[in-house]
Amino acid sequence: MKKHLLILLSVLLVMPLGVAIAGGDAPEAEHQRWHFDGHFGTFDRAAQQRGLKVYREVCAACHGLKRIAFRNLEALGYDEGQVKAIAGEYTVEDGPDDEGDMFERPARPSDRFPSPFANENQAKSANNGALPPDLSLIIKARHHGPDYVYGLLTGYEEAPEGTTLLEGQHWNKYMPGHIIAMAPPVSDDQVTYEDETPQTVEQYSKDVVEFLAWASEPELEERKSTGIKVLIFLLAFAGIMYAIKKKIWASVH
Amino acid sequence: MGSSERTVFENPVVEWIDSRLPVFTMMQKEYGVFPTPKNFNYLWNFGAIAMFMLVTMIVTGIVLAMHYTADVTQSFDAVERIMRDVNGGWLLRYMHSNGGSFFFIAVYIHIFRGMYYGSYKQPRELLWILGVVIFILMMATAFIGYVLPWGQMSLWGATVITNLFSAIPLVGDSIVTLLWGGFSVDNPTLTRFFALHYLLPFVIFAVVFLHIWALHVTGSNNPLGLEPKTEKDTLPFHPYYTMKDSFGVVVFLLLYAYVVFFAPNMLGHPDNYIPANSLVTPAHIVPEWYFLPFYAMLRAITFDIGIPFTDIVIISAKLGGVITMFGSLLLWLVLPWLDTHPLRSARFRPLYKKLLILLVLDFIFLGYVGSQAADATLLGIPLSVFGLIATGLYFAYFIVILPWLSKNEKGRELPASIHEAVLAKNKK
Repeated sequence: MKKHLLILLSVLLVMPLGVAIAGGDAPEAEHQRWHFDGHFGTFDRAAQQRGLKVYREVCAACHGLKRIAFRNLEALGYDEGQVKAIAGEYTVEDGPDDEGDMFERPARPSDRFPSPFANENQAKSANNGALPPDLSLIIKARHHGPDYVYGLLTGYEEAPEGTTLLEGQHWNKYMPGHIIAMAPPVSDDQVTYEDETPQTVEQYSKDVVEFLAWASEPELEERKSTGIKVLIFLLAFAGIMYAIKKKIWASVH
Repeated sequence: MGSSERTVFENPVVEWIDSRLPVFTMMQKEYGVFPTPKNFNYLWNFGAIAMFMLVTMIVTGIVLAMHYTADVTQSFDAVERIMRDVNGGWLLRYMHSNGGSFFFIAVYIHIFRGMYYGSYKQPRELLWILGVVIFILMMATAFIGYVLPWGQMSLWGATVITNLFSAIPLVGDSIVTLLWGGFSVDNPTLTRFFALHYLLPFVIFAVVFLHIWALHVTGSNNPLGLEPKTEKDTLPFHPYYTMKDSFGVVVFLLLYAYVVFFAPNMLGHPDNYIPANSLVTPAHIVPEWYFLPFYAMLRAITFDIGIPFTDIVIISAKLGGVITMFGSLLLWLVLPWLDTHPLRSARFRPLYKKLLILLVLDFIFLGYVGSQAADATLLGIPLSVFGLIATGLYFAYFIVILPWLSKNEKGRELPASIHEAVLAKNKK
């Protein structure tokens, strides 16, 4: 019987592997070490804050973040006043007012990040026909999301000979199909960090992934810390149940 | 139900109720003293585990429904709102989405147990058939549920699978229009799927009740496949199996909790975090893992079947695939009449045992085939060739091998009784 249980267990282990499929013909992005990896992983607050800066100064020109409210930024270590200040730098459309007109006002913590384009058609027409995706879920919406986004941001290369790129097209090692409409978004020293953190494309990319990983899974820290407690409880509970079961069955065996 | 003898209870309140509606007598009879073979192994836990998962799915599902909106412009956002803004919403939603997978894991093991120990054989045929009906209902419910978050895989999975019905001659197109509530998978499809996804679990619950009722008429099978003969062969269900099942459920919960808390998206597809878009088709449309073997069988038929040397097509490749896929499940319904060997348990049928393990491996391999792109290759050979061979083996197992084994396999000698077998084992 043990042999069959082993087979069953291997079934359970193999099943999910069968589901994981590499996307397109691009190589799988190299695995990076992330602060939020592993069972005890948490977000690196400093990297998240730097990542937010990179998002605001670079990505936000084309990419929305519409599922994130400014109030959520408190999770990055900002206090209420700082969140208010960040929100205040944005204007959002509100209304209609008593006269029935829409009006603009400074954003409040309860507002969400305004998207850079009014609608998809405007976004496409401003970007050579390509739609810059909203980044709120981008890390969860790609296989091996953190590594993929990092790979994409650092994966711009000269197109191999024989590839013809149309105007507005670029060659990226990790993009499925390799042709991408987004120009290399960031260059060294483009964003000024307030501390000694190196201002390189690699560092910017790591930081923005740290920030976007949080945007995709704001519950990650709570999920993992609760998970540890749940597993410890269930292990202890299973132990007690096994002991009682053994005691009850002692007279039968 | 009311005619059988009643137990007398000391507690006056219990006695008052029981003399008017004998629920306590019934519980005492069916779950208290119910004689159960004493030699179950841990594979017998998966019935209770599946029941536990069904209840978990219904409870989490009802709470999720309180926060969900079925509307193509709002469903994706509603799910994200549950994940981000509803208290404990992420936990509920991950419990529900992974709960589907773990329900299927439990049920697949439960079905395997039934096949390995011949639990479907006389007199338990109807019990088995009700089980297959539950499995088919589960597949329908899970498929419909996957559509509700309205991500890319929701939309495109629904489009591919509902389109299958159009292969049915004459009425196919009408059935598809009825399923869609229009001419493509759209808002009417989503709203009716939500209504059905709420309804079907209760239908499953009702069939589970019949399944357990039938079980309590025939009594459980056991690893030896022998009917209990004397009281020595059985134990009262409580406390022996209530305790053993509780332990099994907690161990299963450990695995389930591990995935919910540490790999909640491992079994899902990242494309379902992209809102549904009818203008963009995903590169690979793959169903959830528990459908993959059946999906592979659906895609295995890539050729029309017709009269040779003419252009007359009797069964198109599409219809052939649909017949193959549904046929693979219908075979389970008639399994008690395909395997008529007098011995139940694979323990006493060495050849059957080996071939059943091969069937399981074949089924897993089909799952792998189903997970790959339609034009994938293995060792330089198109994967669809392997898919067709594996599908052929699956059908051969049921249609050729089982009837042949029923006639020709000799089998080993059975012990005299469950009690003696247990004693002999304990001596070792």
